[in-house]
Amino acid sequence: MSDSSVSAGIDQHARQVRKFRLQDRLFHHSTQLFAFVVLATLVGILVSLTIEAWPSLKEFGPSFLWTNVWSVPDDEYGALAAIYGTVVTSVLALLIAVPISFGIALFLTENCPVWLRRPLGTAIELLAGIPSIVYGIWGLFIFAPLFADYIQPPLQALLGDVPVIGGWFSGPPIGVGILTASIVLAMMVIPFIASVMRDVFETVPHVLKESAYGMGCTTWEVMRNIVLPYTRVGVIGGIMLGLGRALGETMAVTFVIGNANRINNSLFAPGTSIASTLANEFGEADPGLHIASLFALGLVLFIITFVVLAISRWLISRSMGSEGL
Amino acid sequence: MMSLYSRRIWINRIGITLSMVAMSLGLIALLWILWTLFSKGFAALSWDLFTQDTPAPGSEGGGLRNAIVGSGLILLFSMLIATPIGILAGIYLAEFGRVSKFAAFTRFMTDIMLSAPSIVIGLFVYALFVATTGGFSGWAGSLALALIAIPVVVRTTENMLKLVPTSLREAAFAVGAPRWQVSLKVTLRAVKSGVVTGVLLAMARITGETAPLLFTALNNQFFSTNMSEPMGNLPVVIYQFALSPYENWVNLAWAGALLIALLVLAVNIGVRVAFRNKDKR
Repeated sequence: MSDSSVSAGIDQHARQVRKFRLQDRLFHHSTQLFAFVVLATLVGILVSLTIEAWPSLKEFGPSFLWTNVWSVPDDEYGALAAIYGTVVTSVLALLIAVPISFGIALFLTENCPVWLRRPLGTAIELLAGIPSIVYGIWGLFIFAPLFADYIQPPLQALLGDVPVIGGWFSGPPIGVGILTASIVLAMMVIPFIASVMRDVFETVPHVLKESAYGMGCTTWEVMRNIVLPYTRVGVIGGIMLGLGRALGETMAVTFVIGNANRINNSLFAPGTSIASTLANEFGEADPGLHIASLFALGLVLFIITFVVLAISRWLISRSMGSEGL
Repeated sequence: MMSLYSRRIWINRIGITLSMVAMSLGLIALLWILWTLFSKGFAALSWDLFTQDTPAPGSEGGGLRNAIVGSGLILLFSMLIATPIGILAGIYLAEFGRVSKFAAFTRFMTDIMLSAPSIVIGLFVYALFVATTGGFSGWAGSLALALIAIPVVVRTTENMLKLVPTSLREAAFAVGAPRWQVSLKVTLRAVKSGVVTGVLLAMARITGETAPLLFTALNNQFFSTNMSEPMGNLPVVIYQFALSPYENWVNLAWAGALLIALLVLAVNIGVRVAFRNKDKR
């Protein structure tokens, strides 16, 4: 081989390497750009909702958050009733869902025969796959009538005369209302909470559990004194995840909450939530303050859920090691 | 007076029994919903569902053809948008983003977006697209659903790519392949079925989404394949029909709910069965 052909070969190789390096840089940055799309969506949501909500934010100021008026004819809006309904239904849903999710996670990790683990785990996960609108029509047509006939009257008879909490169970048993929405929400968030609990329970080192069993602890004691303290952070993260889900849930709640824009002491009374107000009114909203106030509601919902979900993900990832779920 | 020992045994028994009760409550909820869907939905199931359009208020008969086709088109285009974006973003997080702060931040935000309220996404697309281009359209619906599907695709792609052993990448680098070829032709191909699973699950996730379509695709009681106009779709039809006073409409809503639930459950179960052997857990 002559000198010139060798140097030509080297040249060609160098060109190839340069080409590859250029392609790689292009590839790196284009994938980065697509990752950026997700972030841009988040920022875009925040910015566009703020812009659209601006007329309402300017008109009502921060008192929008604690004013209990929602009147289209008077063009006066306050978010209190919707925020109240959102928070009360979500918190009640958690009160129901957390013990049940804990039971499911406990059963699946400690007590379930191995051959049943997968089918039962899948069944609970399927509960999360059912679309929210299906929960909605089931809740409205099947659950609410049964609830009105068989559960609300006995509850009323039992607790209606108790001071303070008696008021929570007053009013006509019509089936739809805050409590019904909470129960349907609870069903929807159980699979999410249970699945996080199950995942964090499985991070407990076997040695730790075995040593407790070896000392003669019962399953319940191992759960209470070893597993729960060890996974506390992750369990709280799972509960927060359920809360985030419940706060933003729209269709199921819209079907069963009754859609009355007021605050009522009774849990049997119809109410509203931020998401269900949006679903009901946004399509036919008048331009101007009405639609701006609906955007303001959306902004409030987005900020609340964002904070709750951020805390949840932070706790879960702390508990599961560096990566999270 | 119970001895300490038998008290502990009893507490344990009660705890275990309660956990079984919790488990059965979960199963009862699932079976109850499925049973309702099947009994109500099957009664309304007929060929007319697929050959006739949604009926006018108060009239008899009719089907869901326009809604089924509309839903199909909206889903198709939203997955066409979400799949490439999601996969490439997933590649970034898995291949380039192991140590970068930007990637860690993106990963965290993606996880939040996974559970963000879908109705807010609808508001966003309304403000961004519907209000500015002057009208509800199938495209707006596809865009809203794509924004919901993207985080699902991103996270499953990333998780799958992380399972690829580093030695496979090193082998490809050693024979002189550039990074983009290693990513697209070696690692991505190695986890192809996992990525397809992610895409299918994302599709299942958005199939039943109603809230974001209310303000974007709206609805259309007539058959239409024009994506630039309001488009009929199953979730919104179910929502409107279920809350209507007409019995015929309510029955159609049940049939629509059954169709959606069957599709979603089939994808979810199919994916799990196909992955039974690969999934260690």
